[in-house]
Amino acid sequence: MSKIDPSVDDVVQEENMLAHATLPRGAQWLVGVAALALGGLAVVLGVGIVGAAVIGVLAFLIGYPLWALLVENKRSATDKLVTGLVWTAFAVAVIPLIWLIYTVVSRGAATISPEFLTFSMRSVTGDDQGGLYHALIGTLIVTGIAAVISIPIGIMTAIYLIEYGKGNRLAKGITFLVDVMTGIPSIVAGLFAFALFTLIMGPGTRFGFGGGVALSLLMIPTVVRSTEEMLKLVPDDLREAAYALGVPKWRTITKMVLPTAIGGIVTGVVLSISRVIGETAPLLVASGFNPNLNTNAFDDSPMMTVPVFIYTQLSEATAKGVEYAWGGALVLFILVMVLNLIARIVGTIFAPKTGR
Amino acid sequence: MSIQVKDTSIFYGDFKAVEDVTMSVKPKSVTAFIGPSGCGKSTFLRTLNRMHEVIPGAYVEGKITIAGQDIYGPNVDPVAVRRKVGMVFQRPNPFPTMSIYDNVLAGNKLNAKRMKKSEADTIVESALRGANLWNEVKDRLGKPGMGLSGGQQQRLCIARAIAVQPEVLLMDEPCSALDPISTAAIEDLIHELKSDYTIVIVTHNMQQAARVSDDTGFFNLKAAGQPGHLVEFNPTKQMFTNPDNPDTEAYISGRFG
Amino acid sequence: MTVAADPGADPGVDTKSELSGRGSVGDVVFRGIAVTAATLILVALAAVFIFLGIEGIPGFSVDAQHYTGRGSFLGLVVPLLFATMYAAVLALIVAVPFSVAIALFISHYAPRRIATPVAYVIDLLAAVPSVVFGLWGAVVLGPYLVPAHTWLSENLAWLPFFDGQPSGNGRTLFTAAIVLAVMVLPIITSICREVFAQTPRLHEEAALALGATRWEMIRYAVFPYARSGMVSAVMLGLGRALGETMAIAMIVSPKVIISLFIIGTNNPQTIAAYIAQGYKESTPDRLSVLIATGLVLFAFTFLVNALARWIVARGRAK
Repeated sequence: MSKIDPSVDDVVQEENMLAHATLPRGAQWLVGVAALALGGLAVVLGVGIVGAAVIGVLAFLIGYPLWALLVENKRSATDKLVTGLVWTAFAVAVIPLIWLIYTVVSRGAATISPEFLTFSMRSVTGDDQGGLYHALIGTLIVTGIAAVISIPIGIMTAIYLIEYGKGNRLAKGITFLVDVMTGIPSIVAGLFAFALFTLIMGPGTRFGFGGGVALSLLMIPTVVRSTEEMLKLVPDDLREAAYALGVPKWRTITKMVLPTAIGGIVTGVVLSISRVIGETAPLLVASGFNPNLNTNAFDDSPMMTVPVFIYTQLSEATAKGVEYAWGGALVLFILVMVLNLIARIVGTIFAPKTGR
Repeated sequence: MSIQVKDTSIFYGDFKAVEDVTMSVKPKSVTAFIGPSGCGKSTFLRTLNRMHEVIPGAYVEGKITIAGQDIYGPNVDPVAVRRKVGMVFQRPNPFPTMSIYDNVLAGNKLNAKRMKKSEADTIVESALRGANLWNEVKDRLGKPGMGLSGGQQQRLCIARAIAVQPEVLLMDEPCSALDPISTAAIEDLIHELKSDYTIVIVTHNMQQAARVSDDTGFFNLKAAGQPGHLVEFNPTKQMFTNPDNPDTEAYISGRFG
Repeated sequence: MTVAADPGADPGVDTKSELSGRGSVGDVVFRGIAVTAATLILVALAAVFIFLGIEGIPGFSVDAQHYTGRGSFLGLVVPLLFATMYAAVLALIVAVPFSVAIALFISHYAPRRIATPVAYVIDLLAAVPSVVFGLWGAVVLGPYLVPAHTWLSENLAWLPFFDGQPSGNGRTLFTAAIVLAVMVLPIITSICREVFAQTPRLHEEAALALGATRWEMIRYAVFPYARSGMVSAVMLGLGRALGETMAIAMIVSPKVIISLFIIGTNNPQTIAAYIAQGYKESTPDRLSVLIATGLVLFAFTFLVNALARWIVARGRAK
């Protein structure tokens, strides 16, 4: 929308009206190299790496739009500035992620050994070899309990909301409550389980099942949500086709709707497990900590989990404690990544086949 | 299997969609419903196998009997009604998770009805033959039903509907999503199916109604916002040459709708 | 589903025919299971309130010594609530611009080849457990940021946030807010990304056809359309930051105070971290104080989330 000068005579005009001065192709690379050089110069002059990087980025963010402003116009300069900002924001945000993954993997790998994975912390003092075996088993048990509670309740609730309760009062109320549950701070879920079992089993009860209950409170809403989304994707056409064949509703749901949506449902469930497996705060409160292996979730004694192991090892404030914390962090990280990978694979395997 | 409809009105909650329909559908014939969009002909069709009940709040007043049995009588299970009265929809909707073979058997499989392999094979073959699809798919029965062309999918849906051996077949604009060649194939099929089933078809296409049906019902709105009603119900020939009602004539000669 | 009873049923017609109901037992049972599951959620949430209430309400008025030197419940909970809000807002100040920019990067700027892996990487960030973030913040990022703390206190001391003796190990609210920002970033990004991607193509093309630059297209076609979605994304991020426990409990060296100063050794304590650090205490009075503060946190996050939903609903109604 460049302004057209009214005084210019159209007939005499021979220049292409659509062309105006533009930056040369690859201008951004040119500015980029210049900014890089400036950063390099800063390093040579004794500015730290971080400072130099800041200088380089600023040089690019100012230089590129400024050039556009001089050659093109103000609107183009703004556009270039925003483009630069967006790319910079992306680059800056990737830094902590790479940094985090790098530290967890490098420092964790230094700690993990067969002993670390197969020993508990029973009677470990000073620099004795210990490990997180007890915590690993505890995490699997507690998460398993949470999954056993949450998956059936979550899936059946979603079925109720989509297949039976469309628009009725109960369904609206449940949808609202699921929203509320999504917002429960994780530590409050832990407090709930703790308060519940304090009343039932006496004060100070911390045990595996309590942790499982706390986690299921966090897991149910995510299972409901993801299952709901998947059931919504099953076209009503198919339900009607089944009804028209004289199939009762419950068989339509179990034999047609669920199999059609199963891939997405499993993916959602696995992702929700990966979400709760790393929860720390609720387990700290509800299942406590324990240096020994405890495989009975219903016994009135604390059960150790990997996240709590990391936290307690860090609070030891010793070099060995920090080292063990990194080991635990890597183990937890791998667990979460494996679950995410499984979710992806399941998602692709069950992706709807068109067969064309 | 004749269908008798007497003083039937259809409601969605407070809204009256169709008013006071009375008609008599002859057994082993094709009956077509025509009329402008939104006049309630599809809605009415769905009350013949109680499919309208899928929408919460929908209900029917009046009386509909099929072969003398009141389908809205006490103790009548809508599921049982639908087994007697099959339906084919506007858009072909084969089950995406099932093969062609399983799609044909869906009515039995979804009801967990056990049967011998030979028995199942017989049903599949006769249903696919009945739907004029056997020769096209007999070599790939294990492939997904979604892999067929639109017209083939629609015939697969007809095969699926007749595999449960209904006595009435309802078709809700079965050709509106298909190309002319597939449409012709379905119309031929309707002619053949007539010897075994009572067929009721809703169509937007008056030529189609004229081509395939023995009787025709013309539905219209009394006025905008008013319920739909049955204007005229007559043998197709008479309807298209010498209709009783001036509105019918106006619609058929293309003056509105 | 009401089926009007037929008043004039012809007695001659045999209604007890093959059409009579049979297969409905399965339907009743299955529906029953579904309703039970849905109702269980209602019961569970009611139970959360009841049990937290039973255990927590005594905590509003126990002996003054149990309130960490603050004398009364209000004296304790007001600074805690302030700190909870403060930490969350600081985190959002850092996170929101980055989240929006990254969401734009994925939806409108990056070439497809880059956008897909970036989106995946951001989702990966969401999968990292908070305890790992906490560990990283306390052991790696905190010490690394010590020079920044010193610089801030030397050069920006005229701001109340940086006016005082800087911490020597970086375990401050400043560090925690950055970690918290990294944690809420993927949440806000993924919602914003979705809303941006949903901008009707026609609007975008209309803007471009009028000769808008890419930024003008985003400003006049994408942002207005996405506004309520962005607000709710931010609110959800806020809800997450309010309830986040471990990152703060592990990084910050806290004290129950109201203070804007965020780079020293005494940092305001948040509710969640307060509970996590007090969980070992076993006297019933102290526990009920902890549970009571938990109730306050629950109510507060509930309000924030309700507000977010209300904003979304209002945006949709328009």
